[in-house]
Amino acid sequence: MKLALKVTEIEQLSPLVKRFRFEDPAGMALPVFSGGAHLTVEMSERTEAGEIIRRNSYSLISDPYDGGGYEIAVRREDKGRGGSLYMHTKVAEGDEITVSVPSNLFQLDLRARKHVLIGGGIGITPFLSQLKQLDMEQRPYELHYAARSRDEAAGLKLLPQAAHVHVHISEEGSRMDLGAVLDGQPLGTHVYTCGPGGLIAAVADQAARLGWPKASVHSEAFTAPPPGEPFDVVIASTGQSIHVKADQSLLEALEAARVEVEYSCRGGACGRCHTKVTACDGRILHNDHWLSDDERAAQQDIMPCMSRFKGARLELDL
Amino acid sequence: MTMHFNDETFRGDYTYHNSPEAIRRFPFPFDQDSYMYSVNIEQHPGGPKGTPFEKTFDVDEHYVSEMADREITLAEDPLRCQSLPHMELAGWDLLELIMVSKARDYPELFTLHRDGNDWHWINRPLGIEKKFTFLDPATLPCGPMEYITRQTQGDFALLHERDNNLWMDAGMITSQADWSLDFDVGMNFFEWHAPVPKARKMGVFDKALKFLLAVGQGQHYRRLNWTMTVNPRLDTSPENYHKWGPEKRTVTPENVGQKQFLRVELQTFFRLPRSNALAFPIRCYLANLEDLVSQPKWGRRLHRVLRDIDPALADYKGFAVNQKMIVEYLSQFDDGAPTSPGIFADA
Repeated sequence: MKLALKVTEIEQLSPLVKRFRFEDPAGMALPVFSGGAHLTVEMSERTEAGEIIRRNSYSLISDPYDGGGYEIAVRREDKGRGGSLYMHTKVAEGDEITVSVPSNLFQLDLRARKHVLIGGGIGITPFLSQLKQLDMEQRPYELHYAARSRDEAAGLKLLPQAAHVHVHISEEGSRMDLGAVLDGQPLGTHVYTCGPGGLIAAVADQAARLGWPKASVHSEAFTAPPPGEPFDVVIASTGQSIHVKADQSLLEALEAARVEVEYSCRGGACGRCHTKVTACDGRILHNDHWLSDDERAAQQDIMPCMSRFKGARLELDL
Repeated sequence: MTMHFNDETFRGDYTYHNSPEAIRRFPFPFDQDSYMYSVNIEQHPGGPKGTPFEKTFDVDEHYVSEMADREITLAEDPLRCQSLPHMELAGWDLLELIMVSKARDYPELFTLHRDGNDWHWINRPLGIEKKFTFLDPATLPCGPMEYITRQTQGDFALLHERDNNLWMDAGMITSQADWSLDFDVGMNFFEWHAPVPKARKMGVFDKALKFLLAVGQGQHYRRLNWTMTVNPRLDTSPENYHKWGPEKRTVTPENVGQKQFLRVELQTFFRLPRSNALAFPIRCYLANLEDLVSQPKWGRRLHRVLRDIDPALADYKGFAVNQKMIVEYLSQFDDGAPTSPGIFADA
């Protein structure tokens, strides 16, 4: 389901991050959502080569129970496919914008006795809606926000000043000590991490060393699809060959060629676009968080929202 | 109020009955002359006017009496309604979904006034008027799921999503086809479906779970399921098997048309917004063979389906013991003529 909304506020949170607010043009209430949910923003741009539609997913940062508007924070990636650059340079207050209804791949486990939220850099975003939900539900939690410098800590403007909100700025010598964060938490605590892969791995590793149950350790490595070298794919059912440009994801190239593929998160996390590979002469560059190591090695599956290809021939079961 | 509500019972003297209109709108589940499992999923709501598919939550002539029957079942066995502590938010989501839908779809029966979290609910058929604070459980006489499902036909399971699976962590189950919430509560999707024959091997559950996990907000779906029940009994629970199991042996060639009911479940799926849980309402419709054969297409088709069904399914659906009698009765209504496509009766 899609919603046609209006951009009502844009705020520069830090040199690289902007906050956007979307509202219904007629002031109707939007569907409420759950903490950790995201939405997909459609960005259509006219270029010399015709209209291109990019779709990026962003975590919602606004109050989940407030249908008055949706807010997201977008970090400008100058070396990305151009989606975030489009948001930063082409979108203005008053513009119309098409978004999906919220969907959640990173929900709180409300069975937890306590919630520990760990956000690194722009990975703070899903926690901004989660902590509003935790406040409303009156659940015990603590939040740890780690960033290299204050300039990069765009979330500072959006976080409440509270004893259970901890900011770690490594440039100022207050690097986050994961051992200290996780050790001594009460039984039944769940930990959630969002940020760079290294942070997610470090939390999982620390939690394992302290004997945390695996089911109490959650993470979301939500990243936009990376650009890369151009390549071609062949559609098995029709023999059609499709060119994937450097700044296009495979999924976007399939969509532009009107080849139907199901999708939801467009960040390699939900599994919806899982596609079988019928022939592969070369190497699939797996960038998703869905396939297992064995599946990656077998090269018989691909997640077109994130992954790319290098080699002579890639044929998809579509 | 424009709708008429039957005064009828679902136990003891079994005065349950369908009006001609209720028969015409019955959700006959077979779209062809044979039956095997399928992932027969459609968008919901939506369907011809007057059918049980038209509204999000169908209200029909059995409403008031069904709610009275639920009250009896709950008084005898409170464990038919359970909600694990983390499911209260999902209960509020469900309460909102039902109140908003019913007030929109049946304005002459239900009214909901909302001013922020101050809500005022009026349920005319049951004579209920209640002011309460949304998300504040202290303002309702019981939990939100229990409160609203004591006023809504059908069983309700609330499924919690975690670890790429669904967990039956809350429910109101009083009109079930021989399964127990008290036994299943806390189980995951594969565990609570373990007794279903053949389906796991066919890969039905893997596909169904994948589909359910992908159900998003605002996308609602439905499917029909069915079984057979002797007498119009809503509470065919394992807990009370000693009460209804022996009734299977009271069927004779003379009374099979009245006593043997086709039991159809209209199952719907909704992603709930605040809890991200899935609501799984299971609405039960009952029609006896006499009711069904009044529609010639259904008489012909039901005869062919029940005659040719896989024996394992006849056994699982609980009518193997009476299958011969049922098929013989129905054969009088099958002249061998072809049947039209789709589930609806011929005009």
